[in-house]
Amino acid sequence: MDLGTFLWTTFAVFLTMATFSFLYKDNPFYKFAEHLVVGVSAGYFVVILWFNGLIPNLFQRLADGDWYLLWLNSSKPWYIIPAILGIMMWARFSKKYAWLSRWPMALYIGISTGLAIPLTMSNQVNKQLYATMVKIDWAHFFGHGSFNLLDTTSGFSQLIIFVGTIASLIYFFFSKAHKGVFGAVAKFGIWTLMIGFGASFGFTVMARISLFINRMQDVKDWGKVAFNYSGNNQNYSVWFPIVFWLFILFVIAYIIYEIGYYLRSRTNKA
Amino acid sequence: MKRQIPFALVFIFGFFTIFQYFVPHESSEWVYEFLLDWILIIGIFALALGIWSLWRVSIDKINNRRPNWGYSYVTLAGLFLMIIFGFTAKNGDSWGYYFPFVIAVLLVIIMLIQTIKAKGQSKILYIGLALLFLIISILIGYFDKSWSIHFSTSEGLKNTMFQDFFDYILIPILSTMFSLLAFFIASAAYRAFRARNVLATILLVAALIVMLRFNFYLPGAEYFARTSTWLMNVPNLAANRAIVIGIGLGVVATALKVILGIERGYMGKG
Repeated sequence: MDLGTFLWTTFAVFLTMATFSFLYKDNPFYKFAEHLVVGVSAGYFVVILWFNGLIPNLFQRLADGDWYLLWLNSSKPWYIIPAILGIMMWARFSKKYAWLSRWPMALYIGISTGLAIPLTMSNQVNKQLYATMVKIDWAHFFGHGSFNLLDTTSGFSQLIIFVGTIASLIYFFFSKAHKGVFGAVAKFGIWTLMIGFGASFGFTVMARISLFINRMQDVKDWGKVAFNYSGNNQNYSVWFPIVFWLFILFVIAYIIYEIGYYLRSRTNKA
Repeated sequence: MKRQIPFALVFIFGFFTIFQYFVPHESSEWVYEFLLDWILIIGIFALALGIWSLWRVSIDKINNRRPNWGYSYVTLAGLFLMIIFGFTAKNGDSWGYYFPFVIAVLLVIIMLIQTIKAKGQSKILYIGLALLFLIISILIGYFDKSWSIHFSTSEGLKNTMFQDFFDYILIPILSTMFSLLAFFIASAAYRAFRARNVLATILLVAALIVMLRFNFYLPGAEYFARTSTWLMNVPNLAANRAIVIGIGLGVVATALKVILGIERGYMGKG
């Protein structure tokens, strides 16, 4: 790793620490990181959508035409229509002509909703129902081989998936009072939902914790590089530990400043 | 007229898109792909609205000296730096006068911001400075052959500065922000998770089992892992399926309401 890359890594560690500092309170470093990420991500999407969206889907299709003829002589001149509609979206900038932006918006919504109806019915409803209504494997009801209720492919698990899905759907059916047998099935449904919510919650927490571990691992690796821990960095120089210690001094100075600020505000309150 | 035509467009394109889904003819496939391109192109043009909005909000904060106005410069710098890096690329080993060019472009933007804010004589001064820096950046871009501007090819995506901004700014901040949620979720869970009744207990136990599954220091760690896998793949699957089916039916109902003109919120006022 050369010094340039090390400085970039140091900046990444600074941004990591700045973002984590929000756990203490909102502060200038967090605000800096927050505002920076907004700008950089907006710029990133401008570039990505230009090269991966507009260039292949619009400009390359009109490329065999001439700009001074407004690409009407290209082999696919009809691609000018979505471009004009896209430009009509910018009419929102004007109060007088803002109504023009409704046309592309209407087309966008019409096409998207039209696409959504058959695709959603197919993917989110029908296929889910097909997958739920499988033939129960009675031969291996309590697991394959030995008795094992935790076997996810056993007939027991298949039955739980089937009954759980139907019962959960019944819980969301409010046109009939949840009483008697219907109420009992709905109760099983809410139990299934609660297990699902709990498991999803635990899974989300673990995903975030692994991200946290990943960030801490990066900070640890940065410290190792600063002191050439592996000993095989050909580009290692004395600047690496200097940058490291300057960064640490900076963090300590800020912590001292915050403690001083806290003590001063307490004294003023008293 | 201003509202009727958009409603008609939604109705016509919505029903046409549903209809074409069931027509297994190659012309129908062609129309389908064409319409997909349409909404993609219109959607990308709409991004300009977002960037314009970000610019206006930032300028408004700077000009009116609203709280934390200084950070708006950070946002705008991040945005424009990413755009400049994304559309430029190095031609050889040397950067030449690339960084003076970047600074000159940033100065043009800063002077433009100052021009919006300034009044009287100083307005002319800032316009003059903006023009000066613009001429400097054009001259550098014209005479410096060590780098070039690319709008039609994705050379800019290989620009090391663009990649460094992505690797050392965007990714660290975004992953740290997501990992921050672990602490907030844990803190919220500590306050909210109480075994008050059977349902809350089921939720709590399911979450705990899933969270403890990777902890190999616990006695019965393997049992936790297997139970967690079963919870994720059986009851959680059933609950999620019910939710997905419910969402799917909701999407279809809402889409139909939009196509039939019952739901008109997307049209806005006026």
